[in-house]
Amino acid sequence: MKIDFVKKENVLSIKIDGEIDHHSAAEIRTKIDAYITGSNTKYIVLDFKKVGFMDSSGIGMVMGRYRNIKRVGGELCIVSVNNSIKRILDMAGVTGIIPVYKNQEEFLGVIK
Amino acid sequence: MKYDNHIKVEFTSKSANESLARVIASAFVSQLDPTLEELADIRTAVSEAVTNAIIHGYDGGKGKVIMECTLQDHTVEIKIVDKGNGIEDLNLAMQPLYTSKPELERSGMGFTVMQSFMDFLEVKSELHKGTTIIMRKCIKNAD
Repeated sequence: MKIDFVKKENVLSIKIDGEIDHHSAAEIRTKIDAYITGSNTKYIVLDFKKVGFMDSSGIGMVMGRYRNIKRVGGELCIVSVNNSIKRILDMAGVTGIIPVYKNQEEFLGVIK
Repeated sequence: MKYDNHIKVEFTSKSANESLARVIASAFVSQLDPTLEELADIRTAVSEAVTNAIIHGYDGGKGKVIMECTLQDHTVEIKIVDKGNGIEDLNLAMQPLYTSKPELERSGMGFTVMQSFMDFLEVKSELHKGTTIIMRKCIKNAD
């Protein structure tokens, strides 16, 4: 599991590369939480461009990070999800709570 | 064409084996020439069922998970068996968003995903004896 963090001002893009299941969700959660603690992040962008697979373990991971950043007054969004991942997010009602954008550029246009 | 085939795999209840189970099931089903979407559905449903066995069946501890895949005509049947805790209240467990382990950030969507992505789902469970999940999906393009 590879995770790249790109921070520009108060926007943190988290690029996840790999499959998200119960096994990898634990690692992703730990890495993201460790990076964010004390990092002065306002916006988190979870970039799913290189995520080919996600099961419902990903929902818990996404919602957990959403709750954490909301608690400190921040925002979280998801970009570049494939159709099958979008279906799972829709099914759990995640897309009714967390904004999903086509790509990074679309999100950056919205917050400007 | 009449098509029959069967495999049985047993593995330790380790989370690293979740991806292994997905790969095996999807390679096996590929014989029926499924669409990418059908394959993604099966991979996801298998992942949910195996994760259930590991987290809930064995509480993350040691145990064996058995996966059986059967192809008959145009249908694939996948059976995931654990000999672990069993589920006390099956109706409650199968409700969307219900989870007995919120502290692990579980979403409670496992059975709902299995139900939606497969054509048939049956769960048999006996307390302290284990759980068996049977799922079937018809592969439309199979000839």
